[in-house]
Amino acid sequence: MTAPGPRPPRSAAHEIERYAALFADRTKVMKSSAMRDLMALTAREDVISFSGGLPDTSTFPPGFFTEIMSRVASESCAKALQYGPTEGLEGVRERISEVMAAEGMDVDPASILPTSGGQQAIDLVCKILVNPGDVVIAEAPTYPGAVPTFCSYEADVIQITMDRDGMRIDELRKVLAKLDSEGRRPKFIYTIPNFHNPGGVTMSLERRHELIAIAAERELLIFEDNPYGLLRYEGEPLPTLYSLDNDFVIYTGTFSKILSAGVRIGWLVAPPPVRAKLVLGKGSADLCSSSISQYFISEYFASVAWQDYVRSLSELYRRRRDVMLDALAEHLPREATWTHPEGGLFVWATLPDYIDTTDLLARAIEERVAFVPGRAAYVDGRGGSSMRLNFSGVSEDEIREGIRRLGEVVREQVALYSTLSGELTTPPAAAPTRKPAAPAPPTARSGAAKRPQAGADAHAAPAGQREVTNVLPLTRKRAG
Amino acid sequence: MSRIAVLKGGRSLERQVSLKSGARVEEALRRLGHEVTPIDVDVDLVSRLSAAAPEAAFVALHGRDGEDGTVQELLEAMGIAYTGSRVSSCIRASDKVLAKHAMRDAGIPTPDFFAFSETAFKGLGIAQAVPAITAHLSFPLVVKPASQGSALGIKFASSPANVPGALLAAFSYDRKVLLERYVDGRELAISILEQGGEPAALPIVEAVPEQEDFYDFESRYEIGRTRFVCPAQLDPELAARATAIALESFQLLGCSGFARVDLMLDGSDDELYVLEVNPIPGLTETSLLPQAADAAGIGFDRLIELILAAALPS
Repeated sequence: MTAPGPRPPRSAAHEIERYAALFADRTKVMKSSAMRDLMALTAREDVISFSGGLPDTSTFPPGFFTEIMSRVASESCAKALQYGPTEGLEGVRERISEVMAAEGMDVDPASILPTSGGQQAIDLVCKILVNPGDVVIAEAPTYPGAVPTFCSYEADVIQITMDRDGMRIDELRKVLAKLDSEGRRPKFIYTIPNFHNPGGVTMSLERRHELIAIAAERELLIFEDNPYGLLRYEGEPLPTLYSLDNDFVIYTGTFSKILSAGVRIGWLVAPPPVRAKLVLGKGSADLCSSSISQYFISEYFASVAWQDYVRSLSELYRRRRDVMLDALAEHLPREATWTHPEGGLFVWATLPDYIDTTDLLARAIEERVAFVPGRAAYVDGRGGSSMRLNFSGVSEDEIREGIRRLGEVVREQVALYSTLSGELTTPPAAAPTRKPAAPAPPTARSGAAKRPQAGADAHAAPAGQREVTNVLPLTRKRAG
Repeated sequence: MSRIAVLKGGRSLERQVSLKSGARVEEALRRLGHEVTPIDVDVDLVSRLSAAAPEAAFVALHGRDGEDGTVQELLEAMGIAYTGSRVSSCIRASDKVLAKHAMRDAGIPTPDFFAFSETAFKGLGIAQAVPAITAHLSFPLVVKPASQGSALGIKFASSPANVPGALLAAFSYDRKVLLERYVDGRELAISILEQGGEPAALPIVEAVPEQEDFYDFESRYEIGRTRFVCPAQLDPELAARATAIALESFQLLGCSGFARVDLMLDGSDDELYVLEVNPIPGLTETSLLPQAADAAGIGFDRLIELILAAALPS
């Protein structure tokens, strides 16, 4: 008997029709991540890419990794290769509680639910709470990875502007009042209070209290996403929302940024009734998170002072952040503003509103530098003139060179716009070089003297108000 | 059976689409019994082509270098037969400005336009002439890079205030851009395929956006975001006229093998306008040429076989 040959392809039209009819309604609102094809080009070796959200895993000693895995193999081989409980292994839950304690949270390990990365945490929360059309409130901008998740559950996402103190509570109150008048109630308020991704700002203590008060008063759930809290490079740590009031907070954390993104282990802590549903949701999603990863984490924590490694990462990232802030001050034109993150992985830069950073990316790739266009962090088309820049995954020399290239491209665009507008101007010079950024609060950002708006106030003028260009992507274009 | 190199990927902004097109072509060629060498086009292209010593190259590249005559020039120099249009046709068709001038001179309807380079704006103060240009074209108008094959960089400008921003965006993709009169109407695509040395038009495809303002670059290659109707529901006389115009455009630009001609049917007066001729249209699952061929009873493998046959020395 001969093996069957490759199946001849079905007709293209038939295939398309067949699949189109099969897809669930929710796929119609699923957006591919912004400019996916363009972003694929940023992976080229000669491109200095600030577009990732990557921790620098090259700092982890390979010999130590071997040692840990050898121990897992010799002591827990069969168990590590086996399914585990949906609720996660006890050892890992204890370690998570230890990590949370380092940020001032007192959590019973039994109430922790390990997840397959923070991304699954967001997915599970949506899965158990969001019906199509339900309102979810998020910051503007919000975590670009959360946007497709919210969209895939067909949430009606309302984004609240941020300023240098984080989410604007006055705007939140207005939105909630408007929703009240429509008889609607948000399922949760999603926030990244520490070193926001991509916004680069930290919610002030006062705002934290205000947010918690609103949640308590209205019995609303807050979904606190805190992947970077331990990566603080300056200033004093602020209490997490969860530590202020755990009655109305679902909390998610992750090992991705303090140990390894590759282990894909994050976690959720939620009020008991919510957690019970989350466990069911996780069971149906993947039964359990990787046992191998969980054993790796347990062994890692048993073998080393984990906080030393976090400190070394913080030191490394702090230097890279400073190099980036200095390079931005040196190379970007005066018209640009950017945030001064006290921690985390990202700077959020905003260019003059006539520059569309998605188009700019095409030119930037030509000059071998890349970033994430700001639109990826919005559901409503805002963010067109902003960009997210990652500093944690790029070496200091590459940051200097990459920002130099970026500055050149941006300055060229500013000059070209003047020309295209009919203004006869000389090319704009880079802003005067400033001293290296010393740790400073955002209000007195290094080098901000001539740019008081350069901090998070970039957000205070919501992109929605910047519709002066009104240049829309062409909607009628050939397919094919 | 022949040794065929499939050229795909490359450094253009349409790399991902090209990788998809190329992968499908490879599968089809293998099913047809050919020996296939896939080549993701990069700095080692010449050495890889030399090593593969193919009897022909199937060019499944889109955008810069692949569709603009560059790779074709190299294949000519290396004496390797290749699919699709020759060098000069690729140069003419991939540059919308050259193509539209040729069409206008030949009496083929194409929306009115003006085109300028970045250096012209810088050196000649062209911006001062924008009011005169827009007065001629009227608003809204379309601003697009001269050479970009995809929808990237194509913008509407609805008022004078929008024009500089739209130009800036288009200049991100090319040093030459055109401002074009906007035609509001139905989008038609007519694929041309040579069979036995004679170009013939395949059934017309109409692209219908599923949602208004939703039809952007990202959605173009995703199933379920745009509805394609093939054959398009058109009055027979109109369909015949569109087909004749498409064939005329194909021949005017000297295309060979295959191509796709994109047209607009003006909703107000049923006038047809050619927007562009794509010398290497997409060959992905959702691309229009394979759909049109399918509607004509030509399956994907047969389509690839015909395109290759036109390239191989007889």
